[in-house]
Amino acid sequence: MNGPLYLWLIPLLPFAGFLINGILGARLPKWLVTTVALVAPAASFAVVLRAAASVYLYTHIQCPPACNVCGPCSVMRPVVETFGTWINAGSLHVDFTFVLDQLSLVMLLVITGVGFLIHIYSVGYMHDDRGYWRYFAYLNLFLFFMTVLVLAGNALLMFVGWEGVGLASYLHIGFWYQKTSAADAGKKAFIVNRIGDFGFLIGMFLLLAIFGSLSFSDIAAKLAASPGWTGGVLTTICICLLIGAIGKSAQLPLYVWLPDAMEGPTPVSALIHAATMVTAGVYMIARTHFLFDRSPLAMLIVAIVGAATALFAATIGLVQTDIKRVLAYSTVSQLGYMFLGCGVAAYSAAIFHLMTHGFFKALLFLAAGSVIHGLGGEQDMRRMGGLRKQMPITFWTMTAAVLAIAGFFPFSGFFSKDAILYAAFLHGTSGKIFWFIGLFTALLTAFYMFRLWYLTFMGKPRTPELHAHESSWSMLGPLVILALLSIGGGWIGAGRFGAFLTPAVGNNTVEAANNHLEVILSIVAVLVAALGWYIAHMLYRSNEGREPLASLPGYPVLEHKYWVDELYGAVIVKPLLATSRFVLEWIVEFAILGGIAWLLGGIMTFSGAILQRWQSGNLRSYAAWLAAGAAALLLFALVSWNTVLAHIGIHTSMAGH
Amino acid sequence: MDAIDNSILTWILLAPIAGAILIAVLPDRGKLPAWLSLITTLVTFGLTLHLPAHFIPGQPGFQFEINKPWIALSPDGAGIFYHVGVDGLSMWLVVLSGLLGPVGVLASWNAIKERKKVFYSLFMVQQSAMFGVFVALDLMVYYGFWELTLVPMAVLIAMYGRKDGPRAATKFFLFTFIPSAPLLVAILWLYAKTGTFNFTDLRVILANSTFSSGAMFWVALAFLVAFAVKVPVFPLHGWLADSFSEAPVALSMVIAGKLGLYSMLRFHVGLFPVQSRAIAPVLIALTVIGVLYGACLALVQRDFWKLIAFASVSHFSLITLGIYGFTLTGRDGAIYQTLNEGVIEGALFVLLGVLDTRYTTSQIASYGGVAAKLPRTASFFVITILAMAGLPMLNGFIGEFLILSGTFTGVSKGWAIVATITVILGAAYVLWLVQRIFYGPESPMATTQPAVDLRINEWVALVPLALLMLVMGVAPNLWMPAIEHTADSPRVPQQVQTTDAQQKTGPMPMNIAAEAK
Repeated sequence: MNGPLYLWLIPLLPFAGFLINGILGARLPKWLVTTVALVAPAASFAVVLRAAASVYLYTHIQCPPACNVCGPCSVMRPVVETFGTWINAGSLHVDFTFVLDQLSLVMLLVITGVGFLIHIYSVGYMHDDRGYWRYFAYLNLFLFFMTVLVLAGNALLMFVGWEGVGLASYLHIGFWYQKTSAADAGKKAFIVNRIGDFGFLIGMFLLLAIFGSLSFSDIAAKLAASPGWTGGVLTTICICLLIGAIGKSAQLPLYVWLPDAMEGPTPVSALIHAATMVTAGVYMIARTHFLFDRSPLAMLIVAIVGAATALFAATIGLVQTDIKRVLAYSTVSQLGYMFLGCGVAAYSAAIFHLMTHGFFKALLFLAAGSVIHGLGGEQDMRRMGGLRKQMPITFWTMTAAVLAIAGFFPFSGFFSKDAILYAAFLHGTSGKIFWFIGLFTALLTAFYMFRLWYLTFMGKPRTPELHAHESSWSMLGPLVILALLSIGGGWIGAGRFGAFLTPAVGNNTVEAANNHLEVILSIVAVLVAALGWYIAHMLYRSNEGREPLASLPGYPVLEHKYWVDELYGAVIVKPLLATSRFVLEWIVEFAILGGIAWLLGGIMTFSGAILQRWQSGNLRSYAAWLAAGAAALLLFALVSWNTVLAHIGIHTSMAGH
Repeated sequence: MDAIDNSILTWILLAPIAGAILIAVLPDRGKLPAWLSLITTLVTFGLTLHLPAHFIPGQPGFQFEINKPWIALSPDGAGIFYHVGVDGLSMWLVVLSGLLGPVGVLASWNAIKERKKVFYSLFMVQQSAMFGVFVALDLMVYYGFWELTLVPMAVLIAMYGRKDGPRAATKFFLFTFIPSAPLLVAILWLYAKTGTFNFTDLRVILANSTFSSGAMFWVALAFLVAFAVKVPVFPLHGWLADSFSEAPVALSMVIAGKLGLYSMLRFHVGLFPVQSRAIAPVLIALTVIGVLYGACLALVQRDFWKLIAFASVSHFSLITLGIYGFTLTGRDGAIYQTLNEGVIEGALFVLLGVLDTRYTTSQIASYGGVAAKLPRTASFFVITILAMAGLPMLNGFIGEFLILSGTFTGVSKGWAIVATITVILGAAYVLWLVQRIFYGPESPMATTQPAVDLRINEWVALVPLALLMLVMGVAPNLWMPAIEHTADSPRVPQQVQTTDAQQKTGPMPMNIAAEAK
């Protein structure tokens, strides 16, 4: 590459936006807040585009044809930019290092690109909110941390972004902090994420203990030097990192925070809790793939977690009535697909799905936000219906997104989901099971997405007193762009996308040796999706607000989301608080330790008596004590000391013997 | 410049005393005592900044050293010396105490309404005593300052307690004063055996001594217990919650933590390397228990002063774990975290003081929805508790990560993993605290009681602390070189070293015989 890429600008521009709006925002005029908030991500996106262009230039145009023979000139090599030392203490040395390779480039394009669109959308959506400036400050802060996470060249710097996006998420979920449910949800998100971070931290400690470094390139190099090294402690490291990924990406069993996170403003749900932040776990596994590749057991666990979460969350999504909650469970489910992809070593397919999901899920949330905005804050789908006439653009863009997530050809979701399912199918016997779970989940996905689509847009308006109106163009513009991306975002094809990513994530995908098989599997998948649509069509096409699934036997279980929140409350939270209060505080602190102190105090009655007199509360007596002390010190300094101290010295030395 | 270097520590010790005398002599009129002590502490803080400006990292031994005979106890010149000096360990603590001086004055600006002369002059004495503890290198001088820190503290707790000051003061005094008596005996025993109070001499003598191991055990234990109570280390923390509840915020900032932690590193680990390593397994167990115990109790407190007290037990236990793990990484982290806690707790006490003076209660349940009324207080509060919970890019994370990773790689994986649970519990109790005070619907108290957001004095106190949290989190290397080359890195004669220490320990001050004359 020619010249520096100015990678540091990518996070620091949004950070500058955060500082300006965060510190001065309350006093700045609204147009200035908007300008700062939009220029920061736009400029950041521009830097990313410039980097992408220079990569393209280097690999496709400047590279002479002859060079294809002499070396990998046409392949982009990672650009490493170091900006000084962060920590240098003891045996720990950590730098501020940013790495731009194929993987981080794709992520950055999604994050800053989709992020910028959502910033634009937010201008309209949050226009009347009192916390307008605060909202944009947090949003810029999120982009800062997210880009740090993606660019980080070592695990600790990644952890900075990792925790930082958690903070941004916390601030956004609790944005309307006067609502108890919002404040609760924010706290829950942060604490559950901290459980994951606990695993991440232990993973880093292990990396330090085994490799003596947290730099991804160092660790990869050391692993490459010992090709036969698999399993063992590497499995432990991978499982620890996986715990972190599970927390951040809302997988089983730590997914519980994400549905509650819908308390935040809807554009935030689109950006943080769908398109970008929650995919950080997938990104992290892909980034550390050289570790996971060495541990078949860890890979199997990743795949199991992914497949189980995909299915589990989809079943809950079937019966949700809050439009955002359906999308939340669908996000958890789709993230499960990505984990499944990682677990069968199809990293590029997982990242491909991450990208297309970023487009269509952001679109789904933004379109849902447009609906909610148009209905004056209504989120219950049972009170919607018939909106296709009042909100045509929202309707058509949402339709594109629904077709994409359901996996219909030629929408983007088709390509990426098929890539994952195909890779799973080829992955041995266990892979067939994963493939089947994935396929069944696709059926459920198509069903609940079309359920949402029918309940919201089709039929007749069930609540005529809500006067729906189409949103402004600052909101519809991003919808249209994202709709185009949701349709065409997958046309690059999993093969070409995978070939591009190969230098960064390795080439573990089985070559498409069997074209017929892939075509057959694709057709099966589309048929299954069509079946899901058909069932939804039969049940919901002219819905009157009743829930046709309610008569099914499993319905209460799904309606109560398997009682997982209640279970965690009863098994973890309540026992912890009860033990802390009754065992630790009452018995240990008050009874035992307090009792001992009380006894000792009783023994010290003599000194106690003196102290009581001393604490007369009378200023003059304090002064007298101080004066006496000073006099004693003075005496100490003036009198000849040899005799006095010698006496003590002899005395104490005898005591010592 | 040499003249200043050779007397700067004396000036730092004398400046607050001069301020105290001035405050005591001049009349108690209006804000005069407060202004006088603000000027005094600012001047003192300016003086302490001379130290890092002229400190030479990597130079072995103590710097800015003064060693003059003070009180001769025997004809051959032995006795008490006015021996002071700083190394990377104590230098930043002196600067931190210097910084917290004006912060404490600003935090007391409106809170202290009566007997201002007594308050501010005693606070100045307290400042001087703390500087003395950090710079004294003669055990007798050190002991004098150590005791001197207790007196103003106890008096001020008794006088300015919120509910039951005298009781808390008695508890504080008994807890901290009683272990000081064995400490004095131990110091005198050392003098009787070696004929010197000089720290640098004693270190050499003790390293080569043949004193009976039983006697040394008890002497080292006397040192340790006195310091462990002051930190406080579980289960010796009984005084802390009451003292936090009652003490004026300016004193709460300095009451716990750094005095004891510094003394452990300098005088327990520093003088008794063999004994401190022998007792380390016990301390590691106690500190890990303390980390979780403090966190669990913080979860269920109903009073925010008590909550912060147990949170402090948890945090200070973690620092003690770093000290007694005997890894260089952990020890660097422990020293750095001592500074961090000083900054974080400083800000936290200012903020809780803001709430307590505005609403006159520390019952968490009375609060709720205060963020709408005091948005700036809420912002600073959130930043501070995030630093406390160890959010990367803020200072608390650096120390926490160094201590835990040092413990994991160099001491014990099991204990480190257990201690790491604190990242979950630590986030839980602070976020819950924030939620109950600032978020949710406005409580009846918040609705009815008018309150103003941060005043100018609080603003001035908080901004530098918040900036420090960020700078110390992003650029720890501004502090680390000096910390890394302290005069007593964990190197022990005739003892196996950790691999950690072998890699990075710089030249050690083995030329102390020359200093000892």
